[in-house]
Amino acid sequence: MTVLEKISRRDFLKATGVSSSGLLIGAALPTTLRADVLQRPSGDALNLFVSLREDGTVEIIAHRSEMGTGIRTSLPQVVADEMEADWDRVTVIQGLASADYGSQNTDGSRSVRNFYTVMRQMGAAARSMLESSAAQRWDVPVSECRASNHRVVHSDGRSIGFGELATSAAEQPLPALDSLPLKSAADFRYIGKDVPSVDLADMTTGATTYGVDVALPGMLYASIERRPVMGTSIESFSADAAKKVRGVVAVEVIKGTDPNGFKPIEGVAVIADKTWSAIKGRQALAATWTDSAHNSHSADVYLDELMDAVSSKPGVVARERGDVDAALAAGKRVSASYRTPYLAHASMEPPMATAYVTEQGCEVWACTQTPQATQQTVAEVLGLAPEKVTVNVTLLGGGFGRKSKPDFSAEAALLSRAVGKPVQVVWTREDDIRHDYFHSCCAQHYEASIDESGAVTGWLARQATPPIDTTWDASADLMSDGSLSQTFGSIPFAIPNLRLEGHRAPAHARIGWLRSVYNIPFGFGVGSFVDELAHAADKDPAAFWIELIGEDRLLDFAPEGFEFSNYGKPLSEYPYDTARFKGVIRELTETIPWGESLPAGQGWGIAAARSFLSYVAVACKVSVEGDQLKVLEMHSVIDAGLVVNPDRVHAQMEGAMIFGLSLALMGEITFEGGEPQQSNFHDYPVARINQVPRVIRNTITASDAPPAGVGEPGVPPVAPAIANAVFAATGKRHRTLPLNKAYRV
Amino acid sequence: MKITVNGKQRTVDVEPDTPLLWVLRDELAMRGTKFGCGAGLCGACTVHMDGKAMRACVLPVSAVGDAEIRTIEGLSEDGSHPLQQAWADHNVPQCGYCQSGQIMSAAALLAVNAMPSDEEIDTAMAGNICRCGTYPRIRAAIRQAAEAEQS
Ligand code: FES
Ligand code: FES
Repeated sequence: MTVLEKISRRDFLKATGVSSSGLLIGAALPTTLRADVLQRPSGDALNLFVSLREDGTVEIIAHRSEMGTGIRTSLPQVVADEMEADWDRVTVIQGLASADYGSQNTDGSRSVRNFYTVMRQMGAAARSMLESSAAQRWDVPVSECRASNHRVVHSDGRSIGFGELATSAAEQPLPALDSLPLKSAADFRYIGKDVPSVDLADMTTGATTYGVDVALPGMLYASIERRPVMGTSIESFSADAAKKVRGVVAVEVIKGTDPNGFKPIEGVAVIADKTWSAIKGRQALAATWTDSAHNSHSADVYLDELMDAVSSKPGVVARERGDVDAALAAGKRVSASYRTPYLAHASMEPPMATAYVTEQGCEVWACTQTPQATQQTVAEVLGLAPEKVTVNVTLLGGGFGRKSKPDFSAEAALLSRAVGKPVQVVWTREDDIRHDYFHSCCAQHYEASIDESGAVTGWLARQATPPIDTTWDASADLMSDGSLSQTFGSIPFAIPNLRLEGHRAPAHARIGWLRSVYNIPFGFGVGSFVDELAHAADKDPAAFWIELIGEDRLLDFAPEGFEFSNYGKPLSEYPYDTARFKGVIRELTETIPWGESLPAGQGWGIAAARSFLSYVAVACKVSVEGDQLKVLEMHSVIDAGLVVNPDRVHAQMEGAMIFGLSLALMGEITFEGGEPQQSNFHDYPVARINQVPRVIRNTITASDAPPAGVGEPGVPPVAPAIANAVFAATGKRHRTLPLNKAYRV
Repeated sequence: MKITVNGKQRTVDVEPDTPLLWVLRDELAMRGTKFGCGAGLCGACTVHMDGKAMRACVLPVSAVGDAEIRTIEGLSEDGSHPLQQAWADHNVPQCGYCQSGQIMSAAALLAVNAMPSDEEIDTAMAGNICRCGTYPRIRAAIRQAAEAEQS
């Protein structure tokens, strides 16, 4: 049974930071803090604070980072609903880094799925305490009292506002979470409704605080020249030249390690009174760097090698069923190889962090997806105990996985300690793109056999991909089953013989996770190859997907030697359900004129993927005129189980399709001499409004399955859907991304 | 050096090559105007100079002269500009970071073209990147604001 405890005002202040500078949190101090509940974590269990003020204001803690998904709205809206609070009287307060919350790592599209039930319990606990307190006041059985829209109502009609009950509600015994009755779906006031974002007004008036907007009295700004190639260190630089620039006050070296994990990479920081002085001072550094083993890295040459390996040599087997070699020898054979480049995140706000180290410890303000890893990492680099490090989470101007890494906060902390003042580290766009934790390049090769009836009898797939694990372990060179669980290893097809293999691929750049991660390359490989097979079998691609998936069943990969990670959830709770997979494809073909005859040079393409426990199908319509490729329409269907805020789910899907469009058409980071060759939006273009189709439409499948991921799953099917549409339009198959190698986009 | 921002004259002591963006943010503590690229490529820093959309990150403060600068903070007193309202109606922002610049570009467009076509919207807004992909809603919000002003 889960135990509830009241928390002290002090703990509340500590966990919410309401008492700190007030810089990030506009909310006033709670005058009465009575109905707070804290669930002590047990294993994966998590907690949330609800507080009620005498004026009736309900304060709800957002403990996850807001980077555009609307999570600061959707989780509190669940609490408010279950509590019967009036949304207009709710204030959302951003929580500090605190182990009490359980994991605050806002990535992997898991905020709603991991916290939906906890949030409901928190709201229900508060509601039940309010009802008990009203019952006591009226001296009636609690069964006659019911919370409704910020009041508790007695069956005889009298009622009392939440605010009036604030003090007495706190004196109620705390209910056991497991036995708390939860509202039935029919009574939901906010869950499943389009509640506008709590930050909306500030975002349209420029009143928001992102990482770059933090300003502390006496704060200095730092711009850092970082090592250009993995493994190099600083050789020489001119601190004097930098210091000649007006406003520059210090030049500091940050020592780096490779692999650096979450820690900073080597660099020289110029610290100045203003951002512009720091940037100008840094330009005067004229830093030189030592040689590195990675100095010869060329992405093109490396991808050639990896492509050669996957298409010619057997690799390490990750999953196997039947006898694929015999099948391939017997049937009509189709083969294809796919090549996808490194990518950069390029969130609109580059990484930005401010830190202030004093004798008491360190306080950090950062646009971080991971407040706790930030706390841990800052503590490590400063040699402090984690409790000495306070981490305030600002709004994030986009994250996409980059801001899961706390390296930039650690930089700020080291520099603040060096100069004894608050320091803001400003990453320029060039810094962001050149020193990213890059999305990995990837080589894939597929072979399949088709019998006379057009059925696929064998599937052989090989990949070579520098793994993310290299961020911590330089010797890692083979993708784990966990990483391969992202589409490549978890294909749901009813093919009697299959074998999935991997080749070794050491990393020559820092690798990270980017929105939907390995589902991007593998979604492209699998999504394209299925289309190729459909055409080889002379079948309609959408019908072919459904046929290939086969009958309705729940998949289990263990018998085939594959450890399917299922995004960290047990299959018992979140099964891999082929019926839902086929369902989104069917629903999609019903929402678009699939199969319509189009003018020459136009075509529809479709692809689908299950990622982050959601099922998504995407269809794109393109036109190709001469060398001009245009995406005319994009449509998606997502089955994400229960949806808390449909408008934000639509927004995430619209955004994900456009994110997928960017990488399919234009996304590429190349390396020469070990250095990334791109640096800003002129050479690392992302989609602009004029490249985005006029028709972008998402449909949410009605489902009462448990909530699944929403922020990422829209991305993987986009690139293959576009490439498949180009094939339909032109008969040309493109197996290399991005498509601007072949077309103007 | 003197510049006029949102109708108020301000004195700043900076190097003349300092981009207006950093003057607004670091000197005048007006942080609604954002930094996205520093190279005139993304539009996050868009402000109005005598009513025209300008990228403040590549505009040296010395080039401002007597021109009137307007920032997102000065677009309306209380967020009631028709575009700000339309932005709210369409729940446009995701992370929100690009939106000051988007709204300022859209306002400059509507000031010279009260009823822009879809193509004109795309052309005028092509300098403003939204990495979150809020473009469909930006288009819808601009159309709504234009129509609201007409009626
Ligand atoms: S910051 Fe000025 S255009 Fe990007
Ligand atoms: S809303 Fe995030 S960049 Fe536009």
